[in-house]
Amino acid sequence: MTRTVEAAPQEQRAAVTETHCPYCALQCGMGLASGGVGLRVVERPEFPVNRGALCGKGRTAAEVLRAGVRLSAPLVRGADGVLREAGWDEALDRVAAGLSGVQARFGRDAAGVFGGGGLTNEKAYLLGKFARIALRTKNIDYNGRFCMSSAAAAHRKAFGIDRGLPFPLADVAGTGCAIVVGSNLADTMPPALRYLTELRDNGGSLVVVDPRRTRTAEQATLHLQPVPGTDLALALGLLHLVIAGGYVDEEFVAARTSGFEAARAAAMAHWPELVERITGVPVPSMRRAVELFAGAASGMVLTARGPEQQSKGTDTVGAWINLCLATGKAGRRYSGYGCLTGQGNGQGGREHGQKADQLPGYRSLVDPADRAHVAGVWGVDPEELPGPGLSAYELLDALGSEVRGLLVMGSNPVVSAPRAAHVTERLESLDFLAVCDVVLSETALLADVVLPSAQWAEETGTTTNLEGRVILRQAAVKPPPGVRTDLETLHGLAARLGRPAGFPVEPEAVFAELRAATAGAQADYAGISYERIRREDGVFWPCPAEDHAGTPRLFLDRFATPDGRARFAEVAHRPAAELPDAEYPLYLTTGRVLAQYQSGAQTRRVAELNRAAPGPFVEVHPLLARRLGVAEGDALAVTSRRGRAVAPARVTEAIRPDTVFMPFHWGGEGRANSLTNPALDPTSRMPEFKVCAVRVERAEAEAGAPVAAAAAAAGSAL
Amino acid sequence: MTARRIAVVGAGMAAARLASQVLVRDAGAEITLFGDEPQAPYNRALLADVLTGRFAPDAVRLPTGGARVRTGCEVVDVDVAGRTLRLADGTAAGYDTLVFATGSNPVLPPIRNLHCTSNTGEGGELKQGVHAFRTLADGSRLAAAVPEARRAVVVGGGVLGVSAARALAARGLPVEVVHQAPYLMERHLDEAAGDALRRALGALGVEVYAENRAKSLFGTDRAEGVALANGYRLDADLVVLACGVRPRVGLARAAGVEVGTGIVVDDRLATSAPDVFAIGDCTEHRGSVHGLAGAAWEQADVLADRLCGGGAVYSGSRTFARLTAGPVEVAAFGDVDAVPGLHDVIRLADPTRGSYKKLVLHGDRLVGGILVGDLATVGALTHAYERDEAVPEDPLHLLIAQGAPQ
Repeated sequence: MTRTVEAAPQEQRAAVTETHCPYCALQCGMGLASGGVGLRVVERPEFPVNRGALCGKGRTAAEVLRAGVRLSAPLVRGADGVLREAGWDEALDRVAAGLSGVQARFGRDAAGVFGGGGLTNEKAYLLGKFARIALRTKNIDYNGRFCMSSAAAAHRKAFGIDRGLPFPLADVAGTGCAIVVGSNLADTMPPALRYLTELRDNGGSLVVVDPRRTRTAEQATLHLQPVPGTDLALALGLLHLVIAGGYVDEEFVAARTSGFEAARAAAMAHWPELVERITGVPVPSMRRAVELFAGAASGMVLTARGPEQQSKGTDTVGAWINLCLATGKAGRRYSGYGCLTGQGNGQGGREHGQKADQLPGYRSLVDPADRAHVAGVWGVDPEELPGPGLSAYELLDALGSEVRGLLVMGSNPVVSAPRAAHVTERLESLDFLAVCDVVLSETALLADVVLPSAQWAEETGTTTNLEGRVILRQAAVKPPPGVRTDLETLHGLAARLGRPAGFPVEPEAVFAELRAATAGAQADYAGISYERIRREDGVFWPCPAEDHAGTPRLFLDRFATPDGRARFAEVAHRPAAELPDAEYPLYLTTGRVLAQYQSGAQTRRVAELNRAAPGPFVEVHPLLARRLGVAEGDALAVTSRRGRAVAPARVTEAIRPDTVFMPFHWGGEGRANSLTNPALDPTSRMPEFKVCAVRVERAEAEAGAPVAAAAAAAGSAL
Repeated sequence: MTARRIAVVGAGMAAARLASQVLVRDAGAEITLFGDEPQAPYNRALLADVLTGRFAPDAVRLPTGGARVRTGCEVVDVDVAGRTLRLADGTAAGYDTLVFATGSNPVLPPIRNLHCTSNTGEGGELKQGVHAFRTLADGSRLAAAVPEARRAVVVGGGVLGVSAARALAARGLPVEVVHQAPYLMERHLDEAAGDALRRALGALGVEVYAENRAKSLFGTDRAEGVALANGYRLDADLVVLACGVRPRVGLARAAGVEVGTGIVVDDRLATSAPDVFAIGDCTEHRGSVHGLAGAAWEQADVLADRLCGGGAVYSGSRTFARLTAGPVEVAAFGDVDAVPGLHDVIRLADPTRGSYKKLVLHGDRLVGGILVGDLATVGALTHAYERDEAVPEDPLHLLIAQGAPQ
């Protein structure tokens, strides 16, 4: 809704569009004020999740709307190998011909689709529909697989349903003890930090589990600093101490869970002294964590990518859920397990059919009733729907062989995929590549056709934040000339592939169809309308009917399993897929910084953010730095079995001496994902971004010039 | 894939870890554990917790991944050539791959009058009130005997003896430890650390008689006291024998498998016989017998990988002693006796807080270390030792916790 408010006391009354930030899963409420030159971001204090607060990324979000940083016309690669501007008809014809061409030669599944967790629900939904009924390929997956798929799998196993948080974020401030595992939300979603501050102000305690002493860890009552890749063992050791300390909530376990016997046996196999040796976390610290958590009247465990992006991510999250279940801290007010979803629409993006094995609403591609329901909404025979396809990394790995043509929408795998040099090679080996994006990303640079997309603020659509709250981003301006919305692009492509109907260009029309497709499903949006979202500051799914209030808190009466009981996971520690050895003696862990977002395709184009975080770096402990003979800013070469990256050293005691850290927002020489290990979790197919073995040394002289410049920039910035 | 029958002789911690890790890798593997104890596999490291009553005996069960476990099923003979096990009940079982995980037996100390003397004389049953401390049955019997007991003597002041003494003290018994060496846990500690541990135990009601030997027991069918070699008499109606263990190798030796102190295995954990492997306390690898749960676990993981077609290699485990006895915390690793002129030593002692820390260094490498009382840096230290990392120029870093609260 556009309404007139006082944007700032000293300014004129301006038209302000209520919307949400384009970046992370917090989806902070913000206003966009027009008038003057371009749009300005203004606070929207009444929106409950962030209550007006915004981080630097959010404050500067309007910068990415500027013409200078973005694509303004389709690009088509000519016979000379150079991308040149083209008209939309030519570009769309090329994409349709490219994709149907490989299908004609190699079969339907030779065309693949790679989506993104930043797409709105409407786009994610329509992209899945496009793959299944316009291309009729099984091969669609998306970068959300790299984000929260392990938490999603563990959620389903334990609770029967996957929603990031089973409660509103504000509940965190009211819990007795929060254990935050592998999340640096002080940097990754700063407005959420207030809930941890309030928690402590309310007398609650905060335990942070992270190999790095992050800004979040600095807020903690207790910081546990395990060896990367050992948080599964840590969770089992804590469960052992819960049992040993008599902290098991026997009544809750008997009434509301199943599988405790096996979980207890697993905990017995992980006695504290063994876990200390595996994790490096002293037994007395573990005992203190258990006293804080189990001794509190209510408690939460919140995980993020740290425990999830491992080749045992699903089991690791399961072990942390066990801790909640054994102590009766789930399915009750101010208690439970939650995943701090990362991408803007990480939650909604995984609900509506971009995932290789799922249809909208979390319906299953192998369940006959689910297939029939969705096929009915789409007006096709259920037999026409393909089956499950390859997961994200497997799909990227199959490019050039099983998959010969690819449509990428809202993702930049050249920077964000593990073993990125290999993935880049695979992309280059394609017969045909089309990329829809706002900017000329590293991946778009490889494409045969680049289709410029409208973005946030230029189009309306819903997202679903980390709480499961469905919210509305409203268009504040029109897209620039030459740019189309992804819905328009899909409409145009579908028409060229023989589906002129069924691909509306109006977001609200797509949402109406999404509501019908999810009716009766787990992620039921049937009762949610744009009008309700505007009126109610978002609506929590499941919301099966217009007169249903939505569901801010799940599981208060029963869990979403067939018998209503939460299920303990039966898990055991196993080492990371790759451990340090003589040749590669250090751990590498990867992550994010405050001023950049994901592959940086948006944020690296904002001057203020680049000043704050100009380039990649390698965090090393002073002890390691001394051993390597390097000082702050020196160019370091980091080498793994998969590749090499060069970036300046940043010397800090916040990291373990046996571990180096690199943020992954940049491509090129400093690309962290040149190093990462694509070992996959057997259940979630999540790659192991968070731990691999590397060697670190001073970079050779020939690489010196550009790196030295970057090092100087990094040094001056912080 | 492991489309073969795997028989494991023994159903202790190593066997349970092996079974669960094989089945994680290959859910269809056919793996059977033959255990002579009546219980399903359980965690022996938690016996002291059973003794304090922290865990009920059936609460320390270990996962086996759904492997077939035959309890109370003693293997009496192994026919390596015929690939057959003969069992105490007279039946036989065939296998394709055999794993010895027979563990170890407690060493009975040379104490006169240990056994009942009223009818059978020496060699009969242990006197009433005399307990070994190795199996869950031992732990349960001992736990049951505590309420009737008035004073306890623990013979042996190693890791096991100290944890038993502390557990008995926690149950309210006055406890005395008789230890042959000059100080407690002498295989792992130096004298100052042993003394710090002794003081910590003293605060819990445990008296230690070091450099003393239990010579004989008083009582005919029931223990009434312990006579020390120096002539003292300690009254006790509960006597716990914690004098170490030795590998159980009888079956392997009889089967013609090469045995030294333990069953000899190579880096693949293979014995001298084809398709016969061994893991855990019963093994001897590169001349070392570990007898530690951590080493057993590492061996089990390597063998699980190999049995499922992997190429993992076992290159040995570094020795760690880790004791958590209520408020008493001790960690020790490696060689803690410095050679003058060769090694550097760093010591930090804080008697008022009961902490003692020591590092032994050879150049920039950790040779050994001890932490008593304050274990804040135990993780960093043991990792540096285990991975043989160079230590910082100022190794005090390794003894003083830094940064955020742990």
